[in-house]
Amino acid sequence: MSEKRKKGRLISNQSDWTFDLIEEYNREIERIAKEVYHLDCYPVQLELISSEQMMDAYASVGMPIGYNHWSFGKQFVLTEKNYKRGQMNLAYEIVINSNPCIAYLMEENTLTMQALVIAHAAYGHNSFFKGNYLFKIWTDAEAIIDYLIFAKHYLAECEEKHGVEEVEDILDSCHALMNFGVDRYKRRTGGTLEDEPLVQSDRELSLQHHVNELWRKLNINIPQEKETGSQRIPPEPQENILYFLEKNAPLLKSWQREVIRIVRKIAQYFYPQRQTQVMNEGWACFWHYTIMNHMYDEGLINDAAMLEFMHTHTNVIAQPDFDSPYYSGINPYALGFKMMMDIRRICESPTEEDLQWFPDIANSDWQKTLDFAMRNFKDESFIGQYLSPRLIREFRLFSVLDDDREENLKISAIHDDVGYRKVREKLSAQYNLSNREPNLQVYNVDHQGDRTLTLRYYQDKNRPLSDTTDEVIKHLHRLWGFDVQIETVDNEGHAEITHRCPMSLHEELELG
Amino acid sequence: MAMIIDRRLDGRNKSAVNRQRLLRRYKQQIKKSVSDAINKRSITDTQSGEKINIPAKDVTEPVIHHGSGGIHEHIHPGNKEFSEGDEVRRPDQSAQGGGGSKASNSGDGEDEFGFEISKDEYLDLLFEELALPNLVKTKVVAQSAHTLVRAGFSNTGVASNLNLARTMRRAKGRKIAIASPYSKRCRELEEMLEQELERKPHNEEKIGRLRDELSVLRARIDAIPFIDTYDLKFNQFVPEPKPITQAVMFCIMDVSGSMSQATKDIAKRFFILLYLFLSRSYEKTEVVFIRHHTSAKEVDEEEFFYSRETGGTIVSSALKLMRDIIRDRYPTEDWNIYAAQASDGDNWEDDSATCRDLMFSSIMPYLQYYAYVEIHNQEHQGLWREYEKVDQAFGTFSMKQIRNVEEIYPVFHELFRKEEA
Repeated sequence: MSEKRKKGRLISNQSDWTFDLIEEYNREIERIAKEVYHLDCYPVQLELISSEQMMDAYASVGMPIGYNHWSFGKQFVLTEKNYKRGQMNLAYEIVINSNPCIAYLMEENTLTMQALVIAHAAYGHNSFFKGNYLFKIWTDAEAIIDYLIFAKHYLAECEEKHGVEEVEDILDSCHALMNFGVDRYKRRTGGTLEDEPLVQSDRELSLQHHVNELWRKLNINIPQEKETGSQRIPPEPQENILYFLEKNAPLLKSWQREVIRIVRKIAQYFYPQRQTQVMNEGWACFWHYTIMNHMYDEGLINDAAMLEFMHTHTNVIAQPDFDSPYYSGINPYALGFKMMMDIRRICESPTEEDLQWFPDIANSDWQKTLDFAMRNFKDESFIGQYLSPRLIREFRLFSVLDDDREENLKISAIHDDVGYRKVREKLSAQYNLSNREPNLQVYNVDHQGDRTLTLRYYQDKNRPLSDTTDEVIKHLHRLWGFDVQIETVDNEGHAEITHRCPMSLHEELELG
Repeated sequence: MAMIIDRRLDGRNKSAVNRQRLLRRYKQQIKKSVSDAINKRSITDTQSGEKINIPAKDVTEPVIHHGSGGIHEHIHPGNKEFSEGDEVRRPDQSAQGGGGSKASNSGDGEDEFGFEISKDEYLDLLFEELALPNLVKTKVVAQSAHTLVRAGFSNTGVASNLNLARTMRRAKGRKIAIASPYSKRCRELEEMLEQELERKPHNEEKIGRLRDELSVLRARIDAIPFIDTYDLKFNQFVPEPKPITQAVMFCIMDVSGSMSQATKDIAKRFFILLYLFLSRSYEKTEVVFIRHHTSAKEVDEEEFFYSRETGGTIVSSALKLMRDIIRDRYPTEDWNIYAAQASDGDNWEDDSATCRDLMFSSIMPYLQYYAYVEIHNQEHQGLWREYEKVDQAFGTFSMKQIRNVEEIYPVFHELFRKEEA
């Protein structure tokens, strides 16, 4: 790169940042991102914060305004402990999917690091938030900040009216079910987050009315009709458990329904992030790498800054091997970054193998190809589509089959000709959230009898539910107000009740 | 153009509320951890916070996920020697996931959730619902200790407080004021005299008259007193009650042969509690360790708790020593004096009455509070009965029996329970 490096205008050769320098860096990075690489971004808002504030932001899982809950306190305490012990570097950046896109810059960072963070978060993540289809469908960048403020105020009000503990109980229960508070396949039509606060009070009334109506009508029914089951609740199995409870739990007060709704909305807001970790980080890393190199080529930053950047960058995208003590799964930064770089490589200088595997994108315009990939995929499909044999070899990926009926683990695929497709398919499946999370759905309510709520767990590959299920079902019970049970349905379709709350006397005795 | 906002001055501690929530929620566990921690502390270590460990299972937030078992298939990077179809032994359960086990290097593994609480949080938890007894009385006593504070000037006072500058200024003013009619007349006469003297020939008679009058007036002016009682100004001092912000705590322990190390441990914990508690209420807390068997000796902390003596027990020796130390080093007007005595109840039979007399005459009147704990689980002996009399006579005395370690905190709690208002 140094041959083509122009003698340009060096912005600064100092390592401490100032507001003027940050502004100047941002101006250059914005120019490069938008004019040279045509990234489509929300307006950027850079906020300088201290490390303590970064830990705060961390603790509230990246929400700029969080409601109060002990679990955030716990998170903070953990973060602080690790940070002080020096075990963990604070993330260099946190970025909020909002319009304008808020990126935090930590005051301890050097000027080069600030530039890296600006490129990574304020333009990389930012354009991803704006462009990726999941974010487009599921999140309202315009309204999220206002909604969070509403949520915080609403919960504070509830605490005042009903007591901290009451609210905490509901929140605990909701958090336990947060992963089951999202719509996976279809976005509910209706208002946006923006309207939420406005219609909230109306909803309180109508919702309660709806529930009352439901239960009143049902009680009129005479027992004999039970078997005909003309009216089923829910009419179809419901995967969004929190949604179901919000709408149908008989004993909840209207403010409690609203609390469930808030948790649900926030879970939904974060859902796309959980599905696009590899892509999102890969995209952001790709762009900070590309932009920083571009700045270097233009002579905007000097060798020292470039070396510092490379050092950090290398750390971020490091992938320890499975047998390393530092291994904790596949590093999404590493995989994502390498895949993005690989796509560019395939576009620009494909090999024979690439021409075979990726005839569509080989020799195409890399910017358009990457842009298309960013917009239209999530981790699962992105890997399924673009993971190349070359990368599989580079990572030396292999697949391990763990079947508890066998004595040994089995290596089911490695980086060889027969293995490429298998590895790719399996890695893709590994990022499929619906594979990772148990398929648990609200199945039935015994609305003519004792109101028992039945959920069904459709078992896949013989995997049981975790031990924590017994705890979570207590939370379900708290929200539902009546008996709750989980039926596990195995591959052959046999249903068996595996979890129940409250436990029957018989079971309790057994445990005791 | 991007907005750049400096948020660094915005409220820090956004999570402070959440931290409080965490503490509140796990109060029981944290309190347990706090009272466990007390046993490991040095008696005078109150500067540090405390590391709290609570069982991790209590703070986990359960979520449903796939449990272990069934078929799992995972992709890992960094293949070195495996080929497809190879079989590998299952790694140990404890080390599952390769290096991904989460054992931490500081000793607290995954089964403990540890964090630091600050000194204040620690003490708050420890002494929740406790109050220093007789604090009100302390103030009454403390009023005997005063500092004089300047409070302007007054017209009365003792000679030593005379404010010279102000007094002289007033004297001067008074003199000018009183002399003013004479002075005026004087000036007139002097003028007239001058005129007469210039006139030739002299009017001897008139000059003589003017001179006479002048000398009379001058005598009058001179007769005005140089200083009058009316002029006196004194610096005024008012006594202001001096809050006594220092306390001394006497730890008295029986170290005779009958006191086992276990008994002493219990005593130590009790003393630590007391020390911590006092140091919360007073800026400065000194501790005097007195140990005794048949004779008493002032010692340092180390010796106090860890050396062992044999022999009989004469409690009064310690009380006498304490009395002397109070007299020599801790005048009651400067010090709040607390005492805690731990013993197994053993005393030389004739000595108990002496103890009672000492308490009545030369100890209890000077003390803020005297706590006596007896550590054993047998019948009470003579000392207890004599102390019961002290208990009846003085509200500032209290006594309790501790049977085992678990009772320390409850007993302490009871001794210092907040009085119902």
